[in-house]
Amino acid sequence: MNGGVFAAVYLRDLRLAWRRRTEAALPLAFFLVAASLFPLGVGPDQQVLRLIAPGVVWVCALLAAMLSMPPLYAADHADGSLEQLLLAPGAGLAVAAAKACAHWTISGAPLVVGAPVLGLLLGLPTEELPVLFLSLLLGTPVLSLLGGVGAALTLGLRSGGMLIVLIVLPLAVPALIFGAGAVSAVDAGLSASPHLSLLGALLIACAVGAPPATAAALRIAIE
Amino acid sequence: MSRLSADIDDRIRTGARLTWFTFAAPANFYRLAGWLAPACAVAAALLALAGLWTGFFVAPSDATQGEVYRIIFIHVPAAWLSMVLYVAMAGWAALGWLLNARMAFMLARAIAPTGALFALLALWTGSLWGRPTWGTWWVWDARLTSELILLFLYLGYMALVAAIDDTRRADKAGALLAIVGVVNVPVIYFSVIWWNTLHQGSSLTMGAAPKMASTMLLAMLLLTFACWFYAFAVVFVRARAIVLEREGGTAWARALLAPTAGLAPRGKQGT
Repeated sequence: MNGGVFAAVYLRDLRLAWRRRTEAALPLAFFLVAASLFPLGVGPDQQVLRLIAPGVVWVCALLAAMLSMPPLYAADHADGSLEQLLLAPGAGLAVAAAKACAHWTISGAPLVVGAPVLGLLLGLPTEELPVLFLSLLLGTPVLSLLGGVGAALTLGLRSGGMLIVLIVLPLAVPALIFGAGAVSAVDAGLSASPHLSLLGALLIACAVGAPPATAAALRIAIE
Repeated sequence: MSRLSADIDDRIRTGARLTWFTFAAPANFYRLAGWLAPACAVAAALLALAGLWTGFFVAPSDATQGEVYRIIFIHVPAAWLSMVLYVAMAGWAALGWLLNARMAFMLARAIAPTGALFALLALWTGSLWGRPTWGTWWVWDARLTSELILLFLYLGYMALVAAIDDTRRADKAGALLAIVGVVNVPVIYFSVIWWNTLHQGSSLTMGAAPKMASTMLLAMLLLTFACWFYAFAVVFVRARAIVLEREGGTAWARALLAPTAGLAPRGKQGT
């Protein structure tokens, strides 16, 4: 992997996000709005909300992560800078890894920070909030890495946004199950550590596997 | 008949220069599939009749489930096929990518709808079976969920290749997605062992005596082979259509389709 390219792309994406702050805040806004629709739809019963809270938070984080992924590649693809970036030796992997890291920093980290607040709103007991935080801390990078594969596969397509949801969500199901399962386990009086360990294992597997797949998809897309 | 296809005929008839790559040429594959598709369809029909007859009239009623269990004769073959076809699709896609073989990509594409159909059938028949035995149409059990995800993977593959206009890019992008999705197949297969949930364990295991009456087993195996041959027949027909669509500009395809070539293409080729 080309370290120089990685740092350059990562910092450039952060700078771009900083200059369009409203746009960068959209995933977090989507996350909060989507999650607060559930009490309106399901009804304000505390018991019900507490039961579904981990799943609701996780599903909304999943959708927010997927929908915020395509813009990260789209602008660079449209103005041709992506092709230029990929010319450097070993750049495919570096660009893929940098984009996933940048996506997590811009969109993933705010979700992790915002999740405990949502948990409180949905009636989760305070002792479960750290587990929710931890599960999203381990899980959102998985989503960014998988989302990168989907974004690269659907680069420049008309129906990119919907398509990425369709092709990436099946792959993201294990993260959802273990992530929401960690919180539910604590709720049932069990330890969250098996779920969190599996989530960590998933993160390692995705960190190793997703960037090469993204790089391959990028090469296919600009061929 | 054009000189080119006569040449292929000769090669296939004599078997002289048949290699692993002979049928990687779309023109050769088109002819081969044209012969194999009807044969497979007939085999599928005969096996299905034999299997259904054995299943409905020969196999005994189940001790605990009565007559309802007979759904197994279509449920299990459909579930097997949905998994095997996914692996086959991913395998052809990987082969196409590694060897840059056009025909392999076309086969991968031709397999996808049939695989999705079998995944849907497995879920549907499972649901019909679950209602009288479990008392519910659907449970979010590990095996049911992962079979559903398999269906989504098929749909995602089909949606992706359909959304990309450029054929080469669509083939390769679909191949990458199919290969990434392969991780789900072992999860489905072992989910009954890993998680102890509502879905029963395997009725058949390698290396152990079957836990079912031999006529039941016979019916299930007959219908499995019927599904196999059905899948082969449909995939061959679909692959032929894809070949024609993509190779429509080549000399052999134009010779085949031209009304002036002196033969009625459709009648002669037996599509």
